[in-house]
Amino acid sequence: MHRFNRRDTIKIGAGALAGTLLGSTALRAEIPTADVQPPDLPIEDGAQLTVLRPSKFVGPDEDIFRSNTAKFTEEMGVPVKLEFESWEDLRPKTAVAANVGSGPDIVVAWSDDPQTYVDKIVDMTDLATYLGEKYGGWWPLAERYGKDSETGNWIAMPIGASGGRVVYRKSKLEAAGHQSVPEDVDGFLKMAQDLQKAGTPMGLALGNAVGDANAWCNWVVWAFGGKMVDDEENVVINSPETIEALKYAKALSETFIPGCLSWLDSNNNKAYLADEISLTQNGISIYFAAKNSDDPAIQKIAEDTFHSRMPIGPVGMPTERALVVNSMIFKHSPYPNAAKQYLRFMMEKEQYSPWLEGCLGYWNHPLQAYDSSPVWEPEKVKPYQHVMKDSLWDGYSGKLGAASSAVLADFVMVQMVASVCAGQSTPEEAASEAERRAQRYYR
Amino acid sequence: MATSADTYVVRPAEDNWISRLFDNKAFLIFLCMLPAAGLLIVFLTYPLGLGVWLAFTDQRIGGRGEFIGLGNYYWLWGDPIFWMSVWNTVLYTVVATVGKFALGLWLALLLNHHLPFKSLLRAIILIPWIVPTVLSAIAFWWIYDPQFSIISYVLVDKLGLLDSYINFLGEPWNARFSLIFANIWRGIPFVAICLLAGLQTISPSLYEAAMLDGATAWQRFKHVTFPMLMPILAVVLTFSVIFTFTDFQLVYAITRGGPVNSTHLMATLAFQRAIPGGQLGEGAAIAVAMIPFLIAATMFSYFALARRKWQQGEGND
Repeated sequence: MHRFNRRDTIKIGAGALAGTLLGSTALRAEIPTADVQPPDLPIEDGAQLTVLRPSKFVGPDEDIFRSNTAKFTEEMGVPVKLEFESWEDLRPKTAVAANVGSGPDIVVAWSDDPQTYVDKIVDMTDLATYLGEKYGGWWPLAERYGKDSETGNWIAMPIGASGGRVVYRKSKLEAAGHQSVPEDVDGFLKMAQDLQKAGTPMGLALGNAVGDANAWCNWVVWAFGGKMVDDEENVVINSPETIEALKYAKALSETFIPGCLSWLDSNNNKAYLADEISLTQNGISIYFAAKNSDDPAIQKIAEDTFHSRMPIGPVGMPTERALVVNSMIFKHSPYPNAAKQYLRFMMEKEQYSPWLEGCLGYWNHPLQAYDSSPVWEPEKVKPYQHVMKDSLWDGYSGKLGAASSAVLADFVMVQMVASVCAGQSTPEEAASEAERRAQRYYR
Repeated sequence: MATSADTYVVRPAEDNWISRLFDNKAFLIFLCMLPAAGLLIVFLTYPLGLGVWLAFTDQRIGGRGEFIGLGNYYWLWGDPIFWMSVWNTVLYTVVATVGKFALGLWLALLLNHHLPFKSLLRAIILIPWIVPTVLSAIAFWWIYDPQFSIISYVLVDKLGLLDSYINFLGEPWNARFSLIFANIWRGIPFVAICLLAGLQTISPSLYEAAMLDGATAWQRFKHVTFPMLMPILAVVLTFSVIFTFTDFQLVYAITRGGPVNSTHLMATLAFQRAIPGGQLGEGAAIAVAMIPFLIAATMFSYFALARRKWQQGEGND
C-alpha cells in the first residue's frame, strides 16, 4: 500500500527545480515579444515593499519567486519582504489588510479578491496595457479576473492559474476497452462504468474539498448549461439544465470508488498514487509527484499516467474552472510605483519564464506569448496549457465579487451535487436548496 | 545622648482628599478589582459584546455592516443546515459526554486500586489529552480514511471479517459516530484523572464502615463512592460539556462538516459562514446561538447535580 500526500508532493516538486531550470534556459529567448515602452513609473525615494502571497504547492514556485524578488532588489534597489501564507489563511489576512488599511503593499490574492476590494486597490491599467501589448495580449480568463466587473478598468494582475484536468492510467483505460478519454459526457459516463466493471474505478472528491470538489462540481453543472447566476446576477441555479446535470452527476458518482463523499483535497492524490483509482480530476501535481518519486512502483504509475481535458457537455464548450492567483496593490501602500515596477519585473520573461517552467505546468500563464514556453511541450503537460484561455470563472455567468466568492467558499455548488450523489436529496430538492442559499449571498 | 525613640516623632496623617480616598474601603475594593475587571472587560466582555453586536448586523469581511435587527436569526430559523448543526451539536455533546463519563469513571476506579507501576499508568493514560487536538485529529483522519483505514485493513485484508472497507466518513451516521468516538478517546483522560483525584479524597473509613455493615461492592459504589464524588463530578461534567459543545478542531480537521453538512457542529458552521464565507454577521449569530445551550448545560450541571442534600446521601427535596 503506497501512501502519498500533499507534503510529499511538495518535497518532490522541489527536487525537480534544478533540472527544469537547466533544461529550459536555452529555450527561454523564444518567448515572442513586441517592442513596447514600459510605463513611466519612477520609484519613490526610500521605497520598500511587503508582498503577501500563498504558500507554495510545488517547491520551485516559492524558490524561484524568492530568487526573482532578490533579483528585483538587486537591480532596482528596493528591499522586498516576502510573506507566505497558507492557502486557507490568505483570504482572511487579505481581508484584514483591506479593512484596516495597513499591512502588505502587494497581495498575490485568490481569484476574485480584487473585485471584492475594488475601492481599496490601485488602478493597474497602465501596467496591464503595457504587458498585454508586449506579450501578445491577455487570455480571456486573465482579463476577466484582472478587470473591475463594473468599469472594465484593470485593477489586478493575474499571474497564474491552476486548472483541473482528467488524470488517468492509460493501461487501465485500455483494459476497460477505451483508447482515450471520451470528449463528450455520455462517452465519459460509459467509460466510467466500464472502469468500474473492470474493477478499476475512478474517484472524484465530494466532500468539502476547496479545490477538487469545486472543480468538478462546477464543471458538471456548467457542462449541462446550469449556472448559479445569470449575467444580471439573478439566481438561476434551480433550472432544468441543473437538474439534468445532477442526474448525470448521480449516475457518474455511482461508478466511483466508495468513500468519495468524505474526500477532501488530498484524498484523490493519495488514492491515485496508491493504485486505488484509475482516473480522477486534478492539477498536474499528481503526475509530477509520481514522476519524481524514488519508489519504482510509483514511477511506473507516472509512466502510465496521461492527462486530457474534461469532456464537453450539451453546452458545446469547455466548462472547466480555474483557480487564479491574482496580484493587487493596496491604496494604503506609500510606494505604488515601486509596487507596479515589482509586478512588471516579475512578469517580464527573464523572470516569469523560469518561474513558469519551474512550476512544471502547475500554474498556467495569463499572457499569450508564454504559450511558446517549453514547459508546455511534453505531451503529458499539454492538456494544462490553456487553463486561462477557455476556463470559466467563479460565479459564472455573473460578475466576480463578494457574492461569487462566498457561494464558492460555502460549497453551495458542491453540496448540491454531493447531496444528490449521496441519495440525500432529489435533484429538484438539491437545486431548490442551492437556490435558497445562493439568494442569501446575492441579495 | 538622645535615643532614637526620643527623636522619632509620629507625623499625623494629612487630612487631604487623597488620603481620605485611600482610606475609603469601597474605593480600595474598586481599585484592587480594577486589574481583574480590566482584563475581563478587554478579553471577555468586549469580544463577547462585539460578537453579540455583529450578530445584529450584516457585516461581511471587507465591507461595512449595517444593523439588521434579528435578520440573521430569522434567516437561521429557516435554514435546515443550521438546525442540522444544532442537532449534531446536541447529539455530539450528549453521547460523547456520557461515553467519556462512563469510561472515565471506570478507568478512574481501576486506577484507584493498588496496581503495579501505578504512577506510570496514570501518566500514560493522560497522553490522548496531552497530544495537540489537531495531531490526534489527523491521526483519526487516517484511521477513518475510506481507502487506507487501518481498521478496515485489519478487518478486510487480514481477518477477512468484512467484504469491503468501512465508509467511516462518507455516510452521515458513520461520520457522526466516528467523530464522537474520536472525541471520547480524547476526553477520557481528563475525566478519569479528575475523578481519580476525587476518589482519593474519599476516606477509607467510610468503606470500612460499609463493609462492616455487609455492603456489597455495588452498594459501596452506590452509597459511598458516587455521592462523595458528586461535587467533583458536577464540576468536571460542566467543563466537559462546555469543551464538547464548543469542539471545533476534530470536526474541522476530519470532515470539514461533511458529508453534505451532516457533521457540522455549531462552532464549525459559525466559522465556515464567517471566515471562508465572509458573512461575519451570520457567523456571529450562530456563535451567539450557542450561548443559551451552554448556559442551560452549566445550570443543569450545577443545580441538578450539585444539590447538597443529595451529595450528603439524604433524600431529594
